[in-house]
Amino acid sequence: MKIIVCLKQVPDTAHVKLDPVTHTLKREGVAAIINPFDLFALEAALRLREQVGGAIHVLSMGPPQAAEAIKEAIGYGVDEGLLLSDRAFAGADTWATTAALAAGVRQMGGADLIICGKQAVDGDTAQVGPGLAMRLGLPQVAFVKGWREVAAGHLVVERQMDDGFDVVRLPLPGLITVVREVGEPRPPSLKGKMRAKKYQVPMAGAAVLGLSEAQVGLAGSFTQVVEVFAPQASGQRQMIEAPAQEAGRLVIDYLVRDQAIRVGS
Amino acid sequence: MSLVDDKAQVSEACTLCGTCLEVCPEGALSLEEVARAVDERAAFSRGVWVFAEQRDGLLPEVVAELLGQGGRLAADLGVELSAVLLGHEVAGLAGELFALGAETVYVADDPRLQYFNDDIYAEVLARLIAEHKPEVLLAGATALGRSLIPRVATAAATGLTADCTGLAIDKQRRLLLQTRPAFGGNIMATIICPLARPQMATVQPRVMKKGQRQEGAAGRLVTVELAPDQAAATQVLEVVRAVGEQVNLSAAEVVVVGGRGLGGPEGFDLVREMAEALGGVVGATRGAVDLGWIGHAHQVGQTGRTIGPKLYIGLGVSGAVQHLVGMQSSEVIVAVNTDACAPIFQVATYGIVGDLHEVAPAMLARLKELRG
Ligand SMILES: Cc1cc2nc3c(=O)[nH]c(=O)nc-3n(C[C@H](O)[C@H](O)[C@H](O)COP(=O)(O)OP(=O)(O)OC[C@H]3O[C@@H](n4cnc5c(N)ncnc54)[C@H](O)[C@@H]3O)c2cc1C
Repeated sequence: MKIIVCLKQVPDTAHVKLDPVTHTLKREGVAAIINPFDLFALEAALRLREQVGGAIHVLSMGPPQAAEAIKEAIGYGVDEGLLLSDRAFAGADTWATTAALAAGVRQMGGADLIICGKQAVDGDTAQVGPGLAMRLGLPQVAFVKGWREVAAGHLVVERQMDDGFDVVRLPLPGLITVVREVGEPRPPSLKGKMRAKKYQVPMAGAAVLGLSEAQVGLAGSFTQVVEVFAPQASGQRQMIEAPAQEAGRLVIDYLVRDQAIRVGS
Repeated sequence: MSLVDDKAQVSEACTLCGTCLEVCPEGALSLEEVARAVDERAAFSRGVWVFAEQRDGLLPEVVAELLGQGGRLAADLGVELSAVLLGHEVAGLAGELFALGAETVYVADDPRLQYFNDDIYAEVLARLIAEHKPEVLLAGATALGRSLIPRVATAAATGLTADCTGLAIDKQRRLLLQTRPAFGGNIMATIICPLARPQMATVQPRVMKKGQRQEGAAGRLVTVELAPDQAAATQVLEVVRAVGEQVNLSAAEVVVVGGRGLGGPEGFDLVREMAEALGGVVGATRGAVDLGWIGHAHQVGQTGRTIGPKLYIGLGVSGAVQHLVGMQSSEVIVAVNTDACAPIFQVATYGIVGDLHEVAPAMLARLKELRG
């Protein structure tokens, strides 16, 4: 089975701080990491390869520094990588991103299975996986938490829903996005790390991919961000200054007064 | 599509199916160019649509919220509010959608739509969009919505904003102003889709206000037929509902969340008791989940569930940004923490600096008293 894992390099949002005065993100010195959900995608691919054999390729779009993320993936035991990098790609929304990724998948000769993390932690949209599947005309199952069967022509996967899960048969070629439950990522292997050190990450720009500048990046995007602001803490805020037990009783009274909870019928 | 003066012209009827790309020998067309060519879509698209998700013939609460908000947007735009319902033996739900404010309901009722398969659902929705050209389409940011709607937006070649918490209309430009948290909730961003139509958004459950229910309201019912050869590529073999403890966090009105401050798995007994007393469900921080104190299904936050209940109570929760993004749209937030500097207090409606093992039992005792 040939698997392509899409992965994104993101700022480590755990350490992103908001400037309290300007409400802008302080990004200096924030480390770049592989999107945590994409590590689950990578882990899923490694487990599938262990089960049925085949090759794993990783595909990423990003600035030249994102080659580091691909090298890191090589360390986990991935076979090949491709970085889509071009200044024209900057500012892409999910529509323009899937345009580039779809071209990247074709450039890599397609795959039996494409795996994406359920979402990237910087954008949190969860749109790229399903959008990419549509672009490539592939069937999809999102939010996959595990699989029950892997065959040459299909997978039987478990899809997380709000109220439980569905068992879904996905014919291949197809695309899945995965959640944490597919398995905790293993650490990179020593052998992989050695290979990663020397690995030259292949890169492709818009021209190589046969994409015009109008199709990608900001120019190729449908959506525009018009305003960015600090989240408003809604409503009033109050610290209940009282000894613990008294405070506990008081807060219930406040909640009853606010009709946030009901007593009696 | 047609040829005019030897040039390919895309007509309004284009569904962006992509067939033209396959037949175009010169490679002179791309889906993007086709999409741009129809971006006079803004001029002739009208109406606000709500995707009325159903599972097993049940409409989740978010559908009522979407119709409430959709109604307000439609009034601002001076257009009709419609709902789209896909499924099998679901036509009976149309009456409920009228009562919730839909003026037109499109129903595709077919055995092939009984279970949720992204591909066929997206095909049907994209075709309806191409035929009827709504200017706005809203769906719930549920598991189903977040899986399906990006595929539909791509099929319809339009923009999509995920997980919105605010929607408004710029009347002059007939634009939907879509506000959502970004960057792990550190910032809010307002996003527009100036050219393409429909302007599509998924909306977080429990954020929008429901409209006034109109019992017995009637409207226009439009039946949608599937093509005879239409079939889903994926196949749902089994539907498994969460059994035992109900962890439907997203739909809960009250969520009591336990963090590492509980001190151990037995701390969740207190959380459970509180949740039970308030008719709510149990949530957890990743800190608590990672320690194995409770299952991941309970996790609230960036890598867990996003919730927006009427009441959130956090016991021993520090309030890391990854947690806050998943709960800060809660209506009322109560936080109990021994550390006065814990970030959770920044978003708390009521903050109590104190030991949860003293505060929470006192809360329970007071509740019992009041209930007699
Ligand atoms: C990529 C990424 C994704 C993440 N996703 C999530 C997510 O989805 N959800 C999530 O929750 N976290 C997430 N996290 C983790 C997050 O950063 C925090 O580590 C986590 O939320 C902390 O959990 P906590 O509040 O239970 O623990 P701590 O941060 O350890 O807080 C415990 C709190 O309890 C208080 N306390 C201690 N004893 C008592 C007592 N007796 N009474 C009252 N208070 C007491 C302490 O003062 C402290 O504030 C994510 C992190 C990363 C990097």
